[in-house]
Formats: sequence, structure tokens, C-alpha cells
Amino acid sequence: MTASPEATEATPTIVLVGHGMVGQRFLEALAERGLTATHRVVVLCEEPRPAYDRVALTSYFSGKTPEDLSMTDMEFIQAHGIELYVGDPAETVDREAKKVTAKSGQVFDYDVLVLATGSFPFVPPVPNKDATGCFVYRTIEDLLAIEEYAKNSTTGAVVGGGLLGLEAAGALKGLGLTSHIVEFAPRLMPVQVDEGGGAALLRTIEEMGLSVHTGVGTQEIVVDESGAVTGMKLSDGSELATDLVVFSAGVRPRDQLARDCGLTVGERGGITVDEQCRTVSDPSVFAIGECALAADGRVYGLVAPGYEQAETAAATIAADEAAFTGADLSTKLKLLGVDVASFGDAHGATEDCLDVVYSDSRAGLYKKLVIGRDGTLLGGILVGDAEAYGTLKAFTGSVPPVSPESLVLPAGAGESVQLGPSALPDDAIICSCNNVRKGTIRAAVTDHQCTTVPEVKKCTKAGTTCGSCVKVLGQLVNAELEASGVEVDKGLCGCFGQTREELYEIVLALRINTYQDLLDRYGRDEARGGDGCEICKPAVASIIASLAPTIGADVYVLDGEQAALQDSNDHFLANLQKNGSYSVVPRIPGGEITPEGLIVIGEIARDFGLYTKITGGQRIDMFGARVEQLPLIWTRLVDAGFESGHAYGKSLRTVKSCVGQTWCRYGVQDSVRMAIDLELRYRGLRSPHKLKSAVSGCARECAEAQSKDFGVIATSGGWNLYVGGNGGATPRHADLLAQDLSDAELIKLIDRFLMFYIRTADRLERTSTWLERIPGGLDHVRDVVVEDSLGICEELESLMANHVSHYRDEWADTINDPEKLARFVSFVNAPDTPDPVVGFVPERDQIKPDLPLLSIGIRPAEDVLEGTAQR
Amino acid sequence: MTLAPETTDLKVQLQLDDSWFTVCDLNVLLPGRGVAALLPDGRQVALFRDRAGKLYAIDNRDPFGGAAVLSRGLTGSLQGRPFVASPLLKQRFDLETGECLDDETVRIATYEVRAA
Repeated sequence: MTASPEATEATPTIVLVGHGMVGQRFLEALAERGLTATHRVVVLCEEPRPAYDRVALTSYFSGKTPEDLSMTDMEFIQAHGIELYVGDPAETVDREAKKVTAKSGQVFDYDVLVLATGSFPFVPPVPNKDATGCFVYRTIEDLLAIEEYAKNSTTGAVVGGGLLGLEAAGALKGLGLTSHIVEFAPRLMPVQVDEGGGAALLRTIEEMGLSVHTGVGTQEIVVDESGAVTGMKLSDGSELATDLVVFSAGVRPRDQLARDCGLTVGERGGITVDEQCRTVSDPSVFAIGECALAADGRVYGLVAPGYEQAETAAATIAADEAAFTGADLSTKLKLLGVDVASFGDAHGATEDCLDVVYSDSRAGLYKKLVIGRDGTLLGGILVGDAEAYGTLKAFTGSVPPVSPESLVLPAGAGESVQLGPSALPDDAIICSCNNVRKGTIRAAVTDHQCTTVPEVKKCTKAGTTCGSCVKVLGQLVNAELEASGVEVDKGLCGCFGQTREELYEIVLALRINTYQDLLDRYGRDEARGGDGCEICKPAVASIIASLAPTIGADVYVLDGEQAALQDSNDHFLANLQKNGSYSVVPRIPGGEITPEGLIVIGEIARDFGLYTKITGGQRIDMFGARVEQLPLIWTRLVDAGFESGHAYGKSLRTVKSCVGQTWCRYGVQDSVRMAIDLELRYRGLRSPHKLKSAVSGCARECAEAQSKDFGVIATSGGWNLYVGGNGGATPRHADLLAQDLSDAELIKLIDRFLMFYIRTADRLERTSTWLERIPGGLDHVRDVVVEDSLGICEELESLMANHVSHYRDEWADTINDPEKLARFVSFVNAPDTPDPVVGFVPERDQIKPDLPLLSIGIRPAEDVLEGTAQR
Repeated sequence: MTLAPETTDLKVQLQLDDSWFTVCDLNVLLPGRGVAALLPDGRQVALFRDRAGKLYAIDNRDPFGGAAVLSRGLTGSLQGRPFVASPLLKQRFDLETGECLDDETVRIATYEVRAA
């Protein structure tokens, strides 16, 4: 580290004790105000690494490396001449002499001292709390230790069911442990949610396989003769066997350094500061972040108020006016995949307030709004679906323009209203992490010529911390652009000004069968003759593939130029996994497979050492194939009569079926036969997004056809066809398109429906969103494909007939083409060498990716920090 | 793109320290797609060729996900800057400078490359 060259006795010195997220923000605020140029800045950091993103700590277990979590740009530190001492905490402060002594013995004189020492995890004073196998969850070092210890453990328990406790329990589960959560309060996340919200959360968390024990305290950690944890005694008299305990029972301000030098601290801890974040005892000393007891008498454990305190302290040092008078405790989180949000007066503490509650414990949904007597929205809790958080929070403190109940009802439930952000007042706070109001965002568009969300983020800092407001930002930016008369560019990407639908019409009408031809003739001026981009290339490749036989292109997607356009997975005809290996899914039409077929798949998986898993689409996925193994695996599969299942493509995936009339006592039609017919008819059909289907043999709907893009349900009179269903992140029940169809009528209608969708949908738009977007919706689609209102049904049918008659298996085409096969190697200059990064370790009698191998990659030397723990 | 017959013997070479390391025949590189190569010291390089025939070489490792897969990404150009989009989470990397276009704090190594 370099000291700033002009650091002489005349230069005033700022010493920052603690380099966490708030400390780093303080340094940035100093730099922004030019204070790093006029002051010597010294930072004492206790942890072995500089500031990192503690909020995202748990993402270490999903593959982020400590370097990924770093928030410290060494160039920034050096450019501003900041002296950063890592692994060297402050030990004593002499306020009279204005000196700080670090652990290393270094002594620094200060003019201004800023304490950002954070907090420490509270460990309840139970017997054996320090036994081997007991951990806390606060630093990267804690996580490394937990990860190491978990290797020899089978069960883990987390003490504390708050936000961090749930994250810790999820992480233990991810490490392969049976996980328990022990929470003293009667519900999970007692601070953020109420009883109803806790119940919805509990149900969802338990469904994930975590065991939750609420309303019980930990009385003792049980240890064996070696002093290692074997279990816990709980306050209800029961005992829980566990190999590992993580304490996550809240945090306490780290104020010892302040106490030792005689600064005033609060009764329950925290260094007492005024509205300028200056300690009440000493005008030369400031305290910010979790160690500070703010002027409103609270200690804030969230990062957003800490950032505000950092800005306030920096402004005060620069002799600017600023004050921290308190902060909003609203939070929105995604915990183990569940949305949880609370804002404003979430617990209804305001006098005479009323609740509006929507609860659906079956779906794990709970939404409560707290309303004042005059109709003012005071606060609320959202569990399971926090989509409306951004808008609702911004309306807090005002009377919303629509009735409160319509704001919590789910979409499609009669009275529900989607209140757009355009209805918000200009002073509504959109980004609470960085305190950005709607007016500022509008001004970014109107006054600062920002036209995209990334530009607005850069200009206003909105959406740069937790990201929960980015969706609202997008809506605001578009609304503002449209309002100011700027035509919002609806083009596919920077290369084409047309929508996907317009490009489809051009390709079909003019029989254009190469991407280059399309780009050079119809691309934007600046894109013609260029290389295109990663958005339009696969989109055009899909259009060409959908229409291949009709426009005279090869139906083989790796033929000629088409190979260069395909998305990575289509190019390798397999699904890329996180470590660079692939998964292979052969087609199993309708989910029907012979014992011989099962044996072949089993033998192949065994011979190549692959991980096998049954998919949701009634087939078998084989994971862990290296790129050079793919052709060998396909050859074995093709020889046994299998073909590609297109699991990698934006194309038909599967047609699921129930067993139907043949076996089932309730079945009224042969659903398996119909599913096989449909799957073989539409296999390989490239479309704007993936297509899923199912056929149920009776109204009991065991195949779940109503959650599919096209679903078929047997009736005593034939088949009912449902369209536009979806599972996944935004479930939608399919709409009934037509009833009691014969086999031939059903297929004709599906042909038309699919081809109309392929023709008019946007890139990556599923049938469910397409159906909601297109003008006229379902009625329009019914007019077109049932009544033939546009007179295009004959063309739609013939396009589909062309696809069906020209279908070829891509795997077979590839293994019979030596030139294509040569591409399936890890290294062009060493075809026989496997990629050393692709490795596996055992788990539950199969393999899983060896993730530590991924962090071995070579990085520039300055990125590797000293003290990085061994992995 | 059509190659003149006399260019088909050309090799793709990477500059390592002071010498040129031969990787493969030029005609193995399909415009718009990449290949991976293994260097003597174990590093992996992703090589690309654009529509105009220009060659690029960058580190093959995706710094976000860690897997060595950048050679399998889709290429394109943004305001004249050639890039590859990682097949993992789609971050784009400038093929000439190695800079990540979606996160300016991230940059990967680049190599001198020629056809000779």
C-alpha cells in the first residue's frame, strides 16, 4: 500500500477502524467529497481480507468465491492514497493524545477517528457453547470453517430462525446435511413477519426438507468425551442429535474499543452518536454502521441505514450539512427461494389501524396490509409473492388510488389491480437502499438523457445495492420515455430494428435462409456487414429452423452457417452445467419406456460414470458428460433406438401422460398413445421458447395438462384442448381452447396453434405470456386458429406438415458427420486431453461437480489476496 | 466466407513470452464460433474468428462461474467492439481488451494471435 505522497505533519489524518461494507462506503464518500486528496486516510481492518459483500455471504455456498464477494477495488484504494492495513485491528485509542494503536504495534495520530467496528454474533450463554462443532455465521472465515467441518457431519442445527438463521440452515442443507432450525420465538423471522406470515413461511420451509422447531430454547450443547458436539438439549425437555451447531441468534454492537476509551455507550450497547453520527462524548470521534446507537435510539443492523450513516459522517467531516435521523426498516429478501418482505408499520403498531389480509396457505402465500383510519397505507408483510413490494412501499404514508384489498389479491382473482409505478407521486422512494425518489429517476431520463436501466442505475445509484427495485425502474424508464415522446425502440436488439414477429414475416415472405443475408439487407444500418450479437443470432437461427423446409434451409441445425448462430447448448446438442460438463436427455415419448430401454440408459450412465436423475418431464437426465464424451454417448443411445430429447433447445421438450384408459380404472381415453403421437409429431420443432405438453386420460388430470403450453384432457366424447398454461416461476392455468375434439381435429388445432405462436411471439416469450400480451388475447387466438378469421390456417397447417415430414434426429446426423465430430473436443490442439477443470466428487452414491476446482483458474496476480484461506 | 486456396495452410499462432505457439489450422476456426486450446503451462485459451477473418484470443475461464467455457459462447459486436457472451450467465467480454462489458471491474487476460 502506498501512503499519499503529501502526507506530512500538516495533513490532517482520518483513521477508520473497521473495513466492512459500511466502512468501504465511507471511504467512497470521502473520495467523492475530495477528502482523500486533503487528508491522510488510514484504515485498520481486522479480517484477513478487505471489505466484502456480507449481505451476499451465503452465495459462497452456491459457488461464489471470496474474490467474487469482494467490494474493494484495489485500484480505488491506491488511486486515493488510502493506507489499508488488513488483518491489523485497532487495539487501543488514546483520546487525549489522539492516537490509535494497532495490534501490530503501529501507532497512528488522528484528527478524526471513525469507528465502523460492526457487530458480533450473539451466542446464548448455554453450557458447552464453545465446543468443537459450534460455529457462528458472520465472516467468510466462519463459512470456510463450517464447510470444512460439515464434510464429516450428517446433521446440522441452527440456533435462531431469523433471516440469517434461515440462510445458514439452507446452506447446511446445501452441504448435504439434514438441517434443523431452533427458534425461541413462536414463529420464524419474528422481527419481520407476524403469525400468519410465519405460518406461510414455515410451511414452505418445511416442504424444502428443513425441520423447524419453534417456541423452544437451547438449554445445553451435548458433547462427547472428545468435546465435540453430539446434540442439543431443548427447553421442552427433548434432545436433538446433531454434529454441528450454528449460532445465529442475533448480533450485538462491537463497542468494546469505545468503552475502553471512555466513550458513552447505550444501556444495551452501541456507541451513542448524534444526528451527524458524531459521538456524544468526543467531537473528533464518529461511529457508523452496526456499532452505532443512532440519534433515534436505535442500532441499525441493515446495510442501507449504515450506508446513510457513512454518507452523513463523510458529509459532516467535509463541513457539509447532513443528518441521520432514523431509517426505514423495510426489507425484501429471497430466502431459500421464498420471497419475504415487510415494510413500514408491518406489525400494526399504529393506533386504530386495520389489517387487510390475503392468505393461501396451500400456495404458501400471505399478504397483509396495515391501513390507517383515513385509508393511509401504513405498512405490510408479503410472504411467498413480493412482486408488489416496490409499489406498495412507495405508496406507504399515502392513500393509494385504489382499494387496499385489490392490491393483495392475486392476479386474475376478480378485483385484483396491478398498480403501475406511474401512479406514484414524485417523492415516493423507489430505491430505499440508496434513498432515490421517483422524481430523481424521472429526471435521469428527462434531464440527463438516460434511456436504459443500466444508465439510470449509473446516474442515480438506484437499484445498485439489493436490486429489488430494478423491475420498477424498468417500468418507470419506459413510461418516462414514452411520455416524453421518445419512441421506445421495440427492435429485437442493437442489430435489428424489427420485432421477432416482423423478422419471421420477412424470412418467410422473402425465403431468406441465411442470417448474414437477413442482417445485411434488413439489419440496422450500423449493424449491416457486422457480426450480429448473442440476442439476434439464436433468435434468427430459431426462425430459420422453424421454417427450414419451407424456405430452403437445411433442417440440420449444425449445417453450414446455422452452426455459428445456435445458442451454446444447441451447438453442442446438450445442456451445459455449471462446471463446463454437459447433461444428456434422450427422448422418451409420453414417458413410456421398455425395460430394455431403461437398462440401456442405465448401462450407458454406469459406463460413463454419469449422474442420473428422473426429470419432471417423465424422462431421464444423465449429467457429467465431458464434451468429448457426447458423441460416444449419443452413438450408444442411437444404436439402441433413442434420439435427441431436445432438452437443450427452445423447442418441444416433452409430452407427459398419465397411464390412461388402458390400465386406469377411471381413464376414458388412451392418453399414452395420444401423448406419444403428439411428441413424435412436434419433436424438434424450434419455437420462440421451450414448449411443454401433457395428456391426461380423464378429468382427474394426473398428467397436469393445465400447466402446459398445450395440454390435452380426455373426455368421454374425445379431447379438450387447453393452451397457455405454465408452471415455473409464474404459474398460469391454461385456457380451454376447444372441447370434445376427435383425434384429427385435435392435431389440426394444435398444428395451427403452435405455428401461430411461432409466427407472432417475441423472442423467449412462453405461450402463457404471449397469450396475455397479444391484442384480443385468447378470443383473438380462438378466432384465428378455430374460426380461421385471418384465412391463414391452411398456410399454418402446411408449414407444420413440412416440419413433420422433414424431421431428422440431430444426434444421428452429428455422429455420422466426421467434420462436425471434430468439434467435440475439450481442446483443439489436444483432442485427447480432457478439460482438467471438469472434475467430480462423490455424493449419495453418485457424482457431483467438484466446485473447488473451478476456483483454481488462473487470475491476475493482484486479484489474489494474502490470507485467502485454503480451499 | 470463402478462403483462397493458398491460405488454407495457415496456422493459428499465439504469442507466449517471446515465441509463437502453434495451436491449430486456421480453417478449423468457424467464423462466429470459438475453440479452446491448452497451453504448455496448463492455461486455457479461447480463440475466435470474426466474419471479417480477424482472430482473437482470450482466457477461456469464465471469471464469474469459474468453468473454462468462454470458447463455447456466442460472439457479436457492440458499437464496433467484438465480444463473446459467456454460455454460463451471459456476461459479455470484449475480445480485444478482455474487459467485461457488463461489469467494468472485471477483466480477463488476452493474447496476441496471428495466422501464419
